[in-house]
Amino acid sequence: MTMHAIGRPTRQASSMTDTSATSSGSRGLLQDEGLIFEVGSPDRTGVDLPEPKLRSRRLRGMERTLSPSLPGLSEPQAVRHYVRLSQRNYAIDLGVFPLGSCTMKHNPRLNEKLARLPGFASLHPMQPQATVQGALALMDELAGWLKTLTGMPAVAMSPKAGAHGELCGMLAIRRALEARGELNQRRCVLVPESAHGTNPATAIQCGFKVEEIPANEIGRVDMDDLRNRLDGRDDIAGIMLTNPNTCGLFETDIIEIAKLIHAAGGYFYCDGANFNAIVGRVRPGDLGIDAMHINLHKTFSTPHGGGGPGSGPTVLSEALAPFAPVPRVEKDGETYHLVEEEQGASDQAFGRMTAFHGQFGMFVRALSYMLSHGADGLKQVSEDAVLNANYVQARLSDVMTPAFEGYCMHEALFSDKFVAPGIGTIDIAKAIIDEGYHPMTMYFPLVVSGAMLIEPTETESKAELDRFCDALLQIAERAAQGDETLKLCPQHAPLRRLDETLAARKPQLRWRPIPETAIAAE
Amino acid sequence: MTIYYTKEHEWVSVDGKTATIGITAYAAEQLGDVVFVDLPEQGTDFDQDSDMAVVESVKAASDVYAPVTGTVVESNAGLEEAPERVNEDPEGDGWFVRLTVTEPGQLDGLMDADAYKAFLDSL
Amino acid sequence: MRYLPLSDADRKSMLSTIGANSVEDFFADVPETARVEGVIADLPPFQSELAVERHLKTLAARNTNAEDIPFFVGGGAYRHHIPASVDMIIQRSEFLTTYTPYQPEIAQGTLQTLFEFQTQVAELTGMAVANASMYDGSTGCAEAALMACRATRRSKVICSGGLHPHYAASTRLLCEAQGIEVIQLPPAIDDEVALKDFVDNQTACLIAQSPNVFGTITDLTEVSEAAHAHKALMVSVFTEAVSLGLIKPPGEMGADIAVGEGQSIGNALSFGGPYVGLFACTEKLTRQMPGRLCGETVDANGERGFVLTLSTREQHIRRDKATSNICTNSGLCTLAFSSHMSLLGTAGLQRLALLNHEAACDLADELEALSGVEVLTPGFFNEFAYRTSKPAEDVLSGLLERGIMGGIRASRFFPGPEFRNVILTTATECNTAEDIRAYAAALEEVIQ
Repeated sequence: MTMHAIGRPTRQASSMTDTSATSSGSRGLLQDEGLIFEVGSPDRTGVDLPEPKLRSRRLRGMERTLSPSLPGLSEPQAVRHYVRLSQRNYAIDLGVFPLGSCTMKHNPRLNEKLARLPGFASLHPMQPQATVQGALALMDELAGWLKTLTGMPAVAMSPKAGAHGELCGMLAIRRALEARGELNQRRCVLVPESAHGTNPATAIQCGFKVEEIPANEIGRVDMDDLRNRLDGRDDIAGIMLTNPNTCGLFETDIIEIAKLIHAAGGYFYCDGANFNAIVGRVRPGDLGIDAMHINLHKTFSTPHGGGGPGSGPTVLSEALAPFAPVPRVEKDGETYHLVEEEQGASDQAFGRMTAFHGQFGMFVRALSYMLSHGADGLKQVSEDAVLNANYVQARLSDVMTPAFEGYCMHEALFSDKFVAPGIGTIDIAKAIIDEGYHPMTMYFPLVVSGAMLIEPTETESKAELDRFCDALLQIAERAAQGDETLKLCPQHAPLRRLDETLAARKPQLRWRPIPETAIAAE
Repeated sequence: MTIYYTKEHEWVSVDGKTATIGITAYAAEQLGDVVFVDLPEQGTDFDQDSDMAVVESVKAASDVYAPVTGTVVESNAGLEEAPERVNEDPEGDGWFVRLTVTEPGQLDGLMDADAYKAFLDSL
Repeated sequence: MRYLPLSDADRKSMLSTIGANSVEDFFADVPETARVEGVIADLPPFQSELAVERHLKTLAARNTNAEDIPFFVGGGAYRHHIPASVDMIIQRSEFLTTYTPYQPEIAQGTLQTLFEFQTQVAELTGMAVANASMYDGSTGCAEAALMACRATRRSKVICSGGLHPHYAASTRLLCEAQGIEVIQLPPAIDDEVALKDFVDNQTACLIAQSPNVFGTITDLTEVSEAAHAHKALMVSVFTEAVSLGLIKPPGEMGADIAVGEGQSIGNALSFGGPYVGLFACTEKLTRQMPGRLCGETVDANGERGFVLTLSTREQHIRRDKATSNICTNSGLCTLAFSSHMSLLGTAGLQRLALLNHEAACDLADELEALSGVEVLTPGFFNEFAYRTSKPAEDVLSGLLERGIMGGIRASRFFPGPEFRNVILTTATECNTAEDIRAYAAALEEVIQ
C-alpha cells in the first residue's frame, strides 16, 4: 500500500474538566445558539407574502404532497441566529489571518457597495445585449487590466474560481494539442510535488496523466532533473507550475523552464494563485507562460466569504487565445457584443465552462480595487506584501526554522525542525488560536516537514505584525521546549479540538429529527 | 498456514489456495485512525501489484495493492460498519480481502515475518 | 493609499530589521529581463473612493436593470425579492471576510451554517444528503455526470432535449475531456421521458430537467425506473429552486443525484454570477460526491460541533485521484440561500412558490387570450414558452420599445428555424398585475 504518514494528527486531545460551564450554555458575549431546526418551525415565516389567489393551476398534477421540513424564523430570530453564529468565526476584519497561499487581505467596503448598485446587481445574464452595455464595458475594462498587468494578449473571463481557471487553461492546452493533431500522443503533464492539490486533479480532469517532478534543495524546480526528463520525450502536453511557488519562492529558472517545455512541444500553465507577490512588478507574459488563472479573491481582494465565491479569469498566450471558451465579450466600434455560441466564435473555442458569463459580481469588486490602487498602488501592494512576509520571516527565524535560506516572496515558510519531539505543527497552530489569531497554513506544502506557511499580506500594519510575531515566538519557544500543555490548545476558542475521526467514521451530514420514541424514553 | 509480507505493508496469510490479505500493524499505526475502507466486489480479478482497495484515515487515502494475482472470493463486510477494526486488530479481524491465488509462485517473492521485521528496522 | 497601512518610516525600520537595503533585494530571483521598469504603462494611477465610485456608477447607469422595468426574463436565473436581512447577514464581517473553515474551533459560524444549508438542500430536493455547494447549477450538472460515471464505472451520458443548453454544453465539455460519450437528444418542449428509449447497459446516467428549459414540468419517475433497470443512475436537474416548494422534488421521482441552481433563493441576478450550485444524492453515493462536506461531531469536552469531513475525496488530499478539482465553492452564496430559506420556512416557501405559479398562470392566461399567441408549455411552474407569428427577436425588441423586458428568444439557445418565433418568458412574485397587463397590451400591439 502507499503510505501517507505526512499530515496532521486528527485524534482529539484527551478531555479535561471544563470549569467554564454555565447553566445557559452561553459564555458572556458568546451566546448559545442551536440549529435552525431546533430554533425555528416549519409553520413560522419571516417573510410576509400576500395570499395567493390562484384562479388556475397548470402543474399537470405534479403538486408536491410531502412538504419539505424547512424551519422558518421571524426576522429577529433569524438576525440573532446568524449574528450569534458569526461570533464563532474568526475573520480578517478581526485580526491577522496569515493563511499561507490563501492571501487573506483586507476587503475594501467600497467594492461591496459598488457591486450592489442595481445597475450591476439586478442585471439578468440573458437580457438583450443592448440593455447591458455598461456591464459588458466593465468586463472589457477589467479584461484590459488583467491583460496589461500580466502582459498577455487574451483572457477568458468565465471561470468561476481558481480551480475552474486551471481547468480553463488546461482545456485550452488540450484543444491546442488536438488542433495540432498531437492530443493522443501528448498525454503527460508535469507537476511539481509541492503543487497545490488542484493542479494534479485538474490535469486528470482534462484527461491527462500526471508526472511529478522533484524540487531541489533550495525549493525550486530541479533543472537537471527537468532537462533529463524532457530529453527525447514526445509525450509532454505541458507543465503546471505555481510562481511564486508554494514555498513562497520565485522560480529563478522560470524562463528556461518555459523554453524547455516549449522545445519539448508542450505548453506552460502557470498557477497564478500567488500573483499578488509580483503584481505590478513582473508581467507573467514576459516569462514565457501560455496560460495563468488569476484568483480575483486573492490578488484583487474580493472577499473569501467562508469558502467562496471565487473568480478565476484565465489569461492566454497567442498560441492558446484562439481556443478560449465562450462566452466572450467583443467590441465593435462603440458597441459590445457577447459571443455566446461556439459557432458564433470565428475560431476554435474549446466550449462553454458554465451557464453564464462568469462571476460578474466579483468583476465589479476587482475592478473597483484595481482602479482604487492604480498601476502605482498595485506595485506598492506587491512590495508591501513581500516586505511584510520578509519581516515576519526575519522576526521569527531566531526560534523557528525557515524551510529555505534567503529572502522569501509574499509568504514565509517554516519547518518543524525546531519543535521538540511529541509536539507538532498542529499544536502550534491551535495555540495561536488562543492568542487571538487564525493559524498559518499547516502541513502544506507537503515537501517540507510539518510546514508552517505564513502569509501576512500588505494590509497588515507593522504594529499588528509585531504583536502577532511576539505571540507566535512565545509559542514557538514552548514548542521547542516540549511544553505538553500546547496539546490542550485551544482553550479560549468557542470549541476545543474537534473529533474528526468520529465525523468521518460515522458521517452525519445533515440534521435529522430525534425519533419520537427516543424523546418518550427520556 | 504461512504469513507473508510486502514492502508496501500488506500481509498475506495463505491457506491452501486462499490468501487472506490485510495491512500490517505498522501500517495501521502509521495511518492513524482508519475511518473508511473501500473493498472490491466478489469475483473481481487482480494482477499482482494492482490497486485492490483503498484505506482512508482522516488525513490520507492510501491504495492497497494486491500482493499476488488472484480473484476476490470475499471482502470483509464488517469493515464497512466498523473500520476501526483495522486499528484494533490489523492482522486479524481487520483483514481486507480473501483471494483465490492463481499464481502461487509469486509468494516466493514476498517476505516472511523475520524479513519484514528486518525491513521495518531498516526504515 | 487608503488600503496600505505601512508608512515610509515603517518600511525603513522593517528593512533594517531584515537587514536588506531595499525591497529590490527580495525580487533578486526575478530574471532581469522580466522586471518591469517603473510602473506598468497604460494603466491609470490610484484614485479616491469618490472617483472610483463615479466611474463605476457611470457604467451601471448604462444598463437597464430588472428593478427599472416590468421584467420577465428567466432561463436559468430568476428575479426574486431578497429580504433586507439576508444582505445584512452576508455582510457580517465574520462571514464575509473569513476563509474556508479549515480551523473548526474558530469557524463554527461558517460550519454550522453549512450543516444547516446541506440539510435544507436535502429537504428541498427530497434527497438523503447534499454537499456544501458547487459553483453553480451548470458546473454541478457536469460534476454529476462525472460522478455517475465514477459510481457506475461506465462512460456514456445521455442528456434530454429539455436540459438547459448551457448546462448541456458545460457537461459535454468536462465529459468529453475524459473520454466520456455524451448523447444529446434534440431540443423538445415536452419529451424528457424520451430518455428511457435510449438507456442501455453501457449508460452511466440519464440527465433530465424539470421544470426544463421550456418551463415544462415532467414526472421523471418512469425515466428513473428505466435508468435503474439498466443499473444506470438518474440525474435530475432544476434551474429554479423555488419550484420545489410546489412541485414533486427529484427525491420523490427516483433520482440518484439532484443538481440545480440555487440563485433564486437569496442571491442577486448579478449578470450571471456568483451563484450557488445545489448538489444532493442518495446515501449510497455520498463518498462519490465532489466538493466539500460538513459533518457533525463533538469537541474534546463533548460539545456538539461541526467539521469539514470525508475530505479524502478532495483534491488537497487525493490530488490526482480526487473526485473533482473543486476547491473554493460558493460559501457566501450558500449563506444567502440558507438565511433566506430560514426566513421563508416551509410555509413561506410554499406561499412564495404559489405566488410565482399564480403570476405565470395569469401571464399565460393574458397572452393566450391574444389572437396569434400560442402557449407551448403544457404544464409549468413560473416559466413557459409561447409562439407568435413573428420572429422572437422582433417581438422582444418591440416589447422593449414599449418598456417591457419580455423574455428570451429561444433561438438564443437553439439556433435554427424551429424556434425562430418562440419566446421563453418567466413571471415571479416580483411581477405585479399591472406588469402582466402591460405585457399583454404591449404584445398585442407588437404582433399586430
